[in-house]
Order: sequence, then structure tokens, then C-alpha cells
Amino acid sequence: MKYSYDLHIHSCLSPCGSDDSLPSNIVGMAALKGLDIIAVTDHNSCGNSRAVDKLGNEYGVLTVPGMELTTAEEVHVVCLFHNIESAEEFSEYVHSKLLPIENNEAAFGKQQFADEDDNIIKTEPLLLINATEIPFDGVYDIVKTYSGIMIPAHIDKSSTSVLSNMGFIPPDSKFSTAEIKHIGYKERLIGENPYLNDCNIITNSDAHYLEDINEPINFLELREKSIDCLLDTFNKKYIKGR
Amino acid sequence: MTLTELISKLDERFTIINLSDDADQRQLSKVFCCDLLSFAMARNPADSVWVTVMGNVNTIGVMSLTDGAAVIIAENAAIDEIAAKKAVEQNIAVIKTALPVFETALTIHELIK
Repeated sequence: MKYSYDLHIHSCLSPCGSDDSLPSNIVGMAALKGLDIIAVTDHNSCGNSRAVDKLGNEYGVLTVPGMELTTAEEVHVVCLFHNIESAEEFSEYVHSKLLPIENNEAAFGKQQFADEDDNIIKTEPLLLINATEIPFDGVYDIVKTYSGIMIPAHIDKSSTSVLSNMGFIPPDSKFSTAEIKHIGYKERLIGENPYLNDCNIITNSDAHYLEDINEPINFLELREKSIDCLLDTFNKKYIKGR
Repeated sequence: MTLTELISKLDERFTIINLSDDADQRQLSKVFCCDLLSFAMARNPADSVWVTVMGNVNTIGVMSLTDGAAVIIAENAAIDEIAAKKAVEQNIAVIKTALPVFETALTIHELIK
């Protein structure tokens, strides 16, 4: 079966995310648009994942717990997890690896934890957009210990991507799925980076505002609509014609 | 040297994207070069002219946080729309040039030393 997806959406916990991007609004918008599977991936935190999960069950949208991790090299990596517990444990680990620089709301924006009823529970004091001490080449194994998978984010972007910040895809990389911002660049990127030949290529909105969440225009072929099936698919090398 | 004085000495290789209100009074300290925002956040000296190729909204955030005098986006790197808008909102001086980072920094250093 084919399922529509948008697996890179920011909530009000990301400093650059809109204050209107409350979990309820994101999941509600996804349901309204008819998206089958979404992931809320805030910068360096899974703090709003639990609320998103509860709302997903309510609205009938499959929500995958996730985060957009910033590596030491300031490469953005979408990390997806099988369940909330693993995501929250990983989030705690990442928090311990964040640089000890406090957020300045006027400069970067608010970082708000919200529950499923739109209550702002607290704010995150440390700046979440910042780099962590986790190097790119360590992400795969670390995320794996939390039963998660890594997806280098918007690899065609001119900043905060593996290609912009490291110059190329490290040949000893282990990831099997990569995210491209402009899907039209797919063939060119694969041509320039043979590593991508064996990768599943996905594209997401990276929405920081509700109106930027994707319409159901991108689809994944899955045996069933479940997180396990989705992550298993992303974790396997792409085989042409599969 | 104030930011206004520096700008008056810049030739056509430099384009002013946004000017801060306090440019007349802002005494420049030194030139700083860095492209990793997390490094710049901790190390950009106050009143500096920061040369970088990072032209996104977080560059403006770092400027605001570190109280730099101006940021120069070198190498003709793109300044995205949100960053340009935020620079106006936050009163941050932004300059653009096609020169490489080293030549940019050297030019500014020679002018303000």
C-alpha cells in the first residue's frame, strides 16, 4: 500500500518554529490534509513527541517520534524512533550533549513544551538550535542503541547539511535513507554522490509554520501503516525495482 | 573607527544589505572569521565585524546574542529572505561581498586597524 507522509515538521519547541505550531494544530492540520504518516522533529529535542503521539491516536494519523539532531559539525540529521520511551531517552542523552548556551528568545525565538490540550507546560532554557557534541560519524551507532534510525536532512541545502558542511558523504557512513529538499535534484545528487544509489530518498516539508506542512503529495510503499514497518524499510538499503 | 566610517571607505565590491541605527556611534573592535554558528556564538567579540558564508536566520541570532557590529556574508553566499527580514527587525548591519573570506577579512582589517 502507498501512504502519504511528511516526516520533518517543527513544533513550537523549535526556536525557529511558529508559536502556533502546537502539537494539536500540527496533527489536526495533517489530518485535515489527509496525511497518513507524520513526524514532529524539533531541533535536538523530542519534548513534544508524547503530546503528538496522543493526538495522532485521536486523529488517526500515524505519528513517528522524532528529532532533528544537530551534530558537532552542524549537520542536521532527522532521527526517528520506534516508540516514545526510546525517543525520550535519546532526547535526554542529546540534552546532556548540548552546548551550555542559553536561549535568547528575542534573537532565536521561544522553545515551548506543550501538552495535547494546548497548554504550555514549560520552556527549554538551553538553545536547541545549537550544535551538540555528537559527531556525524557517531550518529548511526548512537541512534541505533535507542532503536532509532538516522536520515541526513535536506542534503541538498547550502547550509546545515552533510554535503554543505562536510563536503561529501563520508564513505564509511551506514545510513540507508536520505532526505532531499528539492526532489528535482534527486538524479543529479545520486550522480554526484554514488553512496546515494543504495539509499531510499525521501522529501519532507521541514515546515516551521503550519501552512508549510506538505499536502499528501509524497508517498511510501509499505506493507502496513506502522512505525515498525516504516523504520524497517528505511533501515534497509534501497534496491532498484523493489 | 565607527561602522559608518568603515562603510564610507568600502568600494563597489561590498553591498550594504541592512544598516543598523547605531552605526554612527558603533566603534569597531576587530575582524572575526568563522562559519560554525556554535563556535561564533561563543567566540564572536563584541563590536566585531564578523566574516562568514552562513547567511541564514541563525547568523542574525548570533549577531544579536554576541553584540557584533556588522556581519559580512562573503563568497557571494546567499542571504535568505527570513534572515534579511530578521536583520531589519533586530537592527543588525549586514553587508555582502563576492570576495573570499580571507580577502574580505584582510580588507576590513586594513581599513579599521
